[in-house]
Amino acid sequence: MATVSYKDATRIYPGSDHPAVDRLNLEIGDGEFMVLVGPSGCGKSTSLRMLAGLEEVNEGNIFIGDRDVTDLPPKDRDIAMVFQNYALYPHMTVADNMGFALKMQNVPKAERQQRVLEAAKLLGLEDFLNRRPKALSGGQRQRVAMGRAIVRQPHVFLMDEPLSNLDAKLRVSTRTQIAALQARLGVTTVYVTHDQVEAMTMGHRVAVMKDGILQQVDSPLTLYDKPANLFVAGFIGSPAMNLISGKVVDGGVQIGDYVVPVPREVLAKAEGEQNLTLGIRPEAFHVDEAGIAVDVSVVEDLGADIYLYATLAGTSDEAKITAQQIVARLSTRHPAGQNRVRLGVDPASIHVFSNESQLRIS
Amino acid sequence: MPRFVSTTPDSRLLPFPWDTPLADWPVELLVALPRGLSRHVVRFIQVGHSVYAAKEVVEHLAVHEYRLLTDLYRLDTPSVEPVGIITERRDRAGNLLDPILLTRHLEFSLPYRSLFTPGVRQETVSRLLDAMVVLIARLHLIGFKWGDVSLSNILFRRDAGDFAAYLVDAETGELHTGLSDGQREQDLEIARTNLYGDFLDLQAGGLLLPPLDPITLVDTVTTRYHELWQELTGVEEFSGSEMDRIEGRVRRLNALGFDVAEMDIQTDAGSSKIRIQPKVVDAGHHQRRLMRLTGLDTEENQARRLLNDLDTYRFRMGLSHVDEAVVAHRWLTEVFEPVMQQVPQQLRAKREPAQLFHEVLDYRWYGSQREHREMPMIEAAQGYVRDVLEALPDEAMSREALLPVGPTERLVNPYDPSQGYVEEGEQPPHDPWEDEVDDSPVPSGFLDIAALRAKAADTGEGSGATR
Ligand SMILES: Nc1ncnc2c1ncn2[C@@H]1O[C@H](COP(=O)(O)OP(=O)(O)OP(=O)(O)O)[C@@H](O)[C@H]1O
Ligand SMILES: Nc1ncnc2c1ncn2[C@@H]1O[C@H](COP(=O)(O)OP(=O)(O)OP(=O)(O)O)[C@@H](O)[C@H]1O
Ligand SMILES: [Mg+2]
Ligand SMILES: [Mg+2]
Repeated sequence: MATVSYKDATRIYPGSDHPAVDRLNLEIGDGEFMVLVGPSGCGKSTSLRMLAGLEEVNEGNIFIGDRDVTDLPPKDRDIAMVFQNYALYPHMTVADNMGFALKMQNVPKAERQQRVLEAAKLLGLEDFLNRRPKALSGGQRQRVAMGRAIVRQPHVFLMDEPLSNLDAKLRVSTRTQIAALQARLGVTTVYVTHDQVEAMTMGHRVAVMKDGILQQVDSPLTLYDKPANLFVAGFIGSPAMNLISGKVVDGGVQIGDYVVPVPREVLAKAEGEQNLTLGIRPEAFHVDEAGIAVDVSVVEDLGADIYLYATLAGTSDEAKITAQQIVARLSTRHPAGQNRVRLGVDPASIHVFSNESQLRIS
Repeated sequence: MPRFVSTTPDSRLLPFPWDTPLADWPVELLVALPRGLSRHVVRFIQVGHSVYAAKEVVEHLAVHEYRLLTDLYRLDTPSVEPVGIITERRDRAGNLLDPILLTRHLEFSLPYRSLFTPGVRQETVSRLLDAMVVLIARLHLIGFKWGDVSLSNILFRRDAGDFAAYLVDAETGELHTGLSDGQREQDLEIARTNLYGDFLDLQAGGLLLPPLDPITLVDTVTTRYHELWQELTGVEEFSGSEMDRIEGRVRRLNALGFDVAEMDIQTDAGSSKIRIQPKVVDAGHHQRRLMRLTGLDTEENQARRLLNDLDTYRFRMGLSHVDEAVVAHRWLTEVFEPVMQQVPQQLRAKREPAQLFHEVLDYRWYGSQREHREMPMIEAAQGYVRDVLEALPDEAMSREALLPVGPTERLVNPYDPSQGYVEEGEQPPHDPWEDEVDDSPVPSGFLDIAALRAKAADTGEGSGATR
């Protein structure tokens, strides 16, 4: 059983003047599915390699269980790095395709067969074990690939973008299967992806990184409902949260001709700031006479709901091209031909951020 | 309308059926050439006089690989040449198809499937491993982390008596200013696993016979890589009286085919110790020299062989005092070109010129030994064409490996070895997991937050619970 903790773990690449991973503190529970997510270059792969023992930790420590593994070579860490090896070897049986790496590690034959059989049962591949892997479907190939990882029976799984080269459909079905398998096996897993939808649907908790710095780590819903700063607010969710900057006035923040009410104690947290940013999820809007005035540019009908794409009222036509787009998901019909609408928000669904510190203050 | 992204637009590409999934293209458009395993659909197509490799792959990877191949090509790394990407493909029903990445088929390249034949010699395999190790080290020197070293992702070309290796699949690659030890180790670890699988597969197919053994081969790659890397980048320390060690190091690197563009030399004020470490090394030492002197573009060992012949020529003709460039020009017109002229046009696709010249030199050496006389070059060239070249298969576009390996082996699809071999009279077992695959289109890209909330409520985990 294994927990993982990063304690102020830092990695600076030789010749680089800033850390690729900067004082990372992260506790991963036993059996937890932790997803590291963030834009390209934010330090996800580096963090994973540090845990694997493939990247020097310049400062800080890494623990697996209560063992300090900071200076331990990879082979002594009991972890398995899963990479995108889906090549199926045409002359070998499915069983050998799943178990060959164990042979390289000198696992005795009987045990190899046992482990392969167990994995195959888990993956519904028992009947395929003695066949050669010709004409397997994309999904079946994915399962063989998962089998390759499972048979290694490590204490921690590390996965770096294992789905990035699959088409959209296979990606969706495989991510469900990986999450289900992880739940059954209960093996602590650290999973890296740049795709926030993947992160949110798979992770027990999600760690959002940017520029080598951990921004927030929380359950998917907490990330969604209480993003800690502007970056997380904009990164998590699709379509993204609307982030609208407005002037601080008595009782709220002014957007166009409307004052969005913000409690006094929230405003007090950003004393001295002239402007604050309001974060509003598309589905938090409703059509309301008391609301932000917008000019509708496109209406997309989704059946039950509609998406409204708009700009703040009064934006000139030239400015519209570059102006910030406001997206609203509404459950009402959009009155045809009506170009200007007002969008109201339930005060509880408004996120308020300081423009200076970028931090959430609501 | 599909969109063509390329630095060298080519109108001959327009008529191809971009609205059809690559797997369904009519065979008239395809060229059957041997190739490695792949998870994507890859086909060779004939465009004018060139053959291109077409790979159907998701958009962000197509773009990523195209850019990386362009960078590698610009950095003069042995890799396939990118041609372009075709995006925004739609089938007749209007559904979006994955883009196609086009690369130029590497002429005279031999995928491993045509090099590993039953009874392949240990010597040959050892040379293939060497070529592979040099390729990996060269990529690491320029800061390229491959992420997917495997036999299928390498192409080999003959290089005098050795092989030169080329990168063919850059999809998982990353280019940095340099690599950390951990990044190189990870690449090697991936290489070990992939190559081990590749060798086991060859063994299972009867193409790798004892004493060739997968684990030994894989270990050899690791050891040789570390030795080469040490020679290329390692620190050497010696006392001030051994200054010739600097020259020795440079010579050893030259012999391995590398130039030292920058050597870090430190002297310790207190003691008389000297520390040296090559800082910038470039592959292609002999290649560059031959190119500069003759304009011939060859592989490294071919260049070495041709330069040796050039040096011999210079000595024998008493031209030691003449400028090297002048001698090179005379050698080119009096030795190299006359040999090439002995090769009939229709046989020229069998070997590259430099390789052919190398083989003529070999032929002449054996002939001279046998007949106890010095065989003139022209006579050797004619003999080589008659005795050797005539019988050789075409290697510019080698079809060798498409021949069945064993009497019972037949590829399910001759254009794609990844689909395995035909087995008669077998029904695939029923797979209930496949039944569950639903056919509804995926609303990808959108976060279904309602579903997430429902799932969280189910498992008793709610918003804020972990705070
Ligand atoms: N060998 C190296 N030398 C210098 N900088 C490096 C090296 N390797 C990575 N970096 C830099 O370190 C940072 C983190 O890289 P890392 O690969 O961990 O990011 P990532 O989040 O995994 O990105 P991606 O999603 O693109 O894989 C990036 O800015 C990257 O350019
Ligand atoms: N330009 C080229 N010249 C010669 N052969 C090529 C070329 N491009 C591809 N091939 C052949 O096609 C095979 C498959 O191509 P490639 O490796 O790019 O596909 P892939 O689906 O990305 O593979 P993988 O499963 O390793 O990701 C290669 O092994 C190689 O033999
Ligand atoms: Mg490949
Ligand atoms: Mg690939």
